[in-house]
Amino acid sequence: MNLFADAIDWILDPANYTGLNAIPLRLGQHLLFTLVTLLIAAAIAIPIGYLIGHTGRGRGLAVTTSGGLRAIPTLGLLTLVALWVGVGVVAPYVALTVLAIPPILAGAYTGFEAIDRRTVDAARAVGMSELQIVRKVEVPLGLPLLIGRLRSATLQVIATATLAAYVADIGLGRYLFSGLKTRDYAQMLGGSILVILLALALEGIFALIQRFAVPRGVSGRLAIPKPSTLRTERSTAAR
Amino acid sequence: MTWVLANLGLIWARTLDHVVLSLPPIVLCFVIAVPLGWLARRYAVSRGIILTGAGLLYAIPSLPLFFVLPAVIGTGLRSPLNVIIALTLYGVALMVRVVSDGLESVDGDVRQSATAVGYSGWSRFWQVELPLSGPVLLAGMRVVAVSTVSLVTVGAVIGVQSLGSLFTDGFQRGIQAEILAGLVATVVLALAFDGALVLLGRLLMPWTRRDAPTRVAAPIEVSAA
Repeated sequence: MNLFADAIDWILDPANYTGLNAIPLRLGQHLLFTLVTLLIAAAIAIPIGYLIGHTGRGRGLAVTTSGGLRAIPTLGLLTLVALWVGVGVVAPYVALTVLAIPPILAGAYTGFEAIDRRTVDAARAVGMSELQIVRKVEVPLGLPLLIGRLRSATLQVIATATLAAYVADIGLGRYLFSGLKTRDYAQMLGGSILVILLALALEGIFALIQRFAVPRGVSGRLAIPKPSTLRTERSTAAR
Repeated sequence: MTWVLANLGLIWARTLDHVVLSLPPIVLCFVIAVPLGWLARRYAVSRGIILTGAGLLYAIPSLPLFFVLPAVIGTGLRSPLNVIIALTLYGVALMVRVVSDGLESVDGDVRQSATAVGYSGWSRFWQVELPLSGPVLLAGMRVVAVSTVSLVTVGAVIGVQSLGSLFTDGFQRGIQAEILAGLVATVVLALAFDGALVLLGRLLMPWTRRDAPTRVAAPIEVSAA
């Protein structure tokens, strides 16, 4: 376990807390990058997903496209885009946004589809306009499923952001690659431990958010479909 | 296109490397996940521990895991074993829940009938519960296969050769065609694994075929009714 002791020493070394390669700075980059990517992806995917979920049109196309996107290996997309736009932060943003869209899109429309049709009909019967139905009925009831998919998208982006350091000077992944280049195992291992802790921490936070996302008066068990469907459909292709 | 034609041998060699790296995790994770999934469904205590553990394991990003594994199990940093073990772990993490859900989906009446006609717990599991949860397991294994084939490429950055090497090499030498070839080959390989699993499912579970004779289709219709 000497290797782990070295890695812990590396994480605690004051020299790693100053300058352009400081751990807090890299952590901040990693989080900011993840946040921005998710916001862009959500801004694209959620409206489209809601439209598909509300109208029921275009579902087949959405399923096929997201399925296809999922099979594409992240590293391949990342390096290809990097060759197109040049080395820098643009390539990871483009590649990771593309990868984050399918799970969020799926979360948006499956959230609407999981709602009991009678509830929507009832809302229409009491005189709600289509826009009101979306805003006051479908969005709140579909929220738990959407958050569930946002959770998998976040984990995926956090993980892939590590890989993004292969083509750009960004995030915690830098430690892994510069350690690999200089054969500095303490740095590689220390960086890896930091990424893993970050992923686990976010997983925990999302588990809590998901619990609170269920609207009052709705039992979570009804709104969330069986775990089997959730899990098997979870996006796994890109980490 | 010129690059592809001039390097067909290389692409083929990397494809074989890729198959060698992705097949063991896919097979192993199934073998390991079945008993664990059974355990997760059987007792409340083991269910909590196993499913939480699987969830956490699943949250660990692959690249850092490739770096951590050598320190834990003492392999070399560039050993293909790291990739195989890491991907087996992810497969197990996903399949444990699927197996547990699949067993759960077996109709209670069917389970009781099996006991009533004299199946012991052991033979009931192998001859009734496991086959009936087959479609759920197949769906899970298809996800595992596609994601494993995709994740093997990540190993290329630590120097484990696969189709992912075409990405790293193409990136470093600035050859777009090489990366594109790698992308296409990876997706095709994933589809091939997926197709093979579907075929295997049809062979092993004849009652799920759409054109299956009604006599054989009966068990599924009972549970659907």
